Amino acid sequence: MKPLINSLPETVFTTKVDDLLNWGRASSQWYMLFGLACCAIELMQTGGPRADLDRFGAVPRATPRQSDLMIVAGTLTYKMAKRTKLLYDQMPDPKYVISMGSCSNCGGLFQLAYSVCKGVDKIVPVDVYVPGCPPRPEALTEGLLRIQDKMMHERWLVKPSRPAEDAAQA
Amino acid sequence: MDAKEIYARLEKQFPGKVSDFKGDVSEPYLIVDAESIIEVCLFLRDQPGLLFEVLSDLTAVDWPKVEQIQVVYHLFSYSQKHQIVLKVNLPRDNPKVATAEEVWKVANWFEREVYDLFGVIFEGHSDLRRIMLPEDWVGHPLRKDYVEQEEYDGMSTQRAPLVEKLLR
Repeated sequence: MKPLINSLPETVFTTKVDDLLNWGRASSQWYMLFGLACCAIELMQTGGPRADLDRFGAVPRATPRQSDLMIVAGTLTYKMAKRTKLLYDQMPDPKYVISMGSCSNCGGLFQLAYSVCKGVDKIVPVDVYVPGCPPRPEALTEGLLRIQDKMMHERWLVKPSRPAEDAAQA
Repeated sequence: MDAKEIYARLEKQFPGKVSDFKGDVSEPYLIVDAESIIEVCLFLRDQPGLLFEVLSDLTAVDWPKVEQIQVVYHLFSYSQKHQIVLKVNLPRDNPKVATAEEVWKVANWFEREVYDLFGVIFEGHSDLRRIMLPEDWVGHPLRKDYVEQEEYDGMSTQRAPLVEKLLR
């Protein structure tokens, strides 16, 4: 009987567990349906057949509890900012945030208004900022690909050791 | 019926209570005494020939120089195809007027909005709460002397000027 090792070179390949996990995560980013203003129209277009976010495995979910990614699309008022924080807190780790458009980046056109929050990064940590008013679907797709890049470079099993732990062991 | 005739009828019915008619503008208006606004509204709604069934807008204007807040009623009649604007002048430090809710139901939300943004108290209103801003908001933002709070609910409302941000 021939040994199995290296007998099937075309169908077996080796990789790191981290890379496998990250590949799985990056290819199934479920984003929360969260449109606040006109950017939501572009968000719908990005999910539609022409830009088609679905080909990257990104599908919309209607609840934060099943989402990996929050796309903040539109003008964030203070009233909504409180709810946004609540929704973010309900998402399971690891979670990511795309700030889509000028309004959620910095308040945008409405930043001088009394009721508008000056950027979603005052409420929750943001991974990728997509500029534009509103950004085109291509821009948002690029943002999603940046999140994928970020995911692929994260390490879960082999974490770099921290100086404090080294000192304790020595 | 054109605005001048409407004003003539009101003047006949409520002598001394209506004044300052201005007809040569796109939406003719007149000033009504704050105490008699509800009588005037009921009269305009119910009298044959007037029949203002609709309160199409109720809003307010802040005039800090003359220390007044002006509540504005836009009325329209679908059956008679005419319109008129009523204005009520209120003192700025204590703006109070009777609610028009009993005349037109829609006044409920309009008056809540005016209360929210200008702080006008509508006496007799069934549910005078803020309608758009959060319940714990401080101040009435459409007043000319409104000062924005430093922060709202732990969120800073300040933003670094753009030039400083670029220099950093």
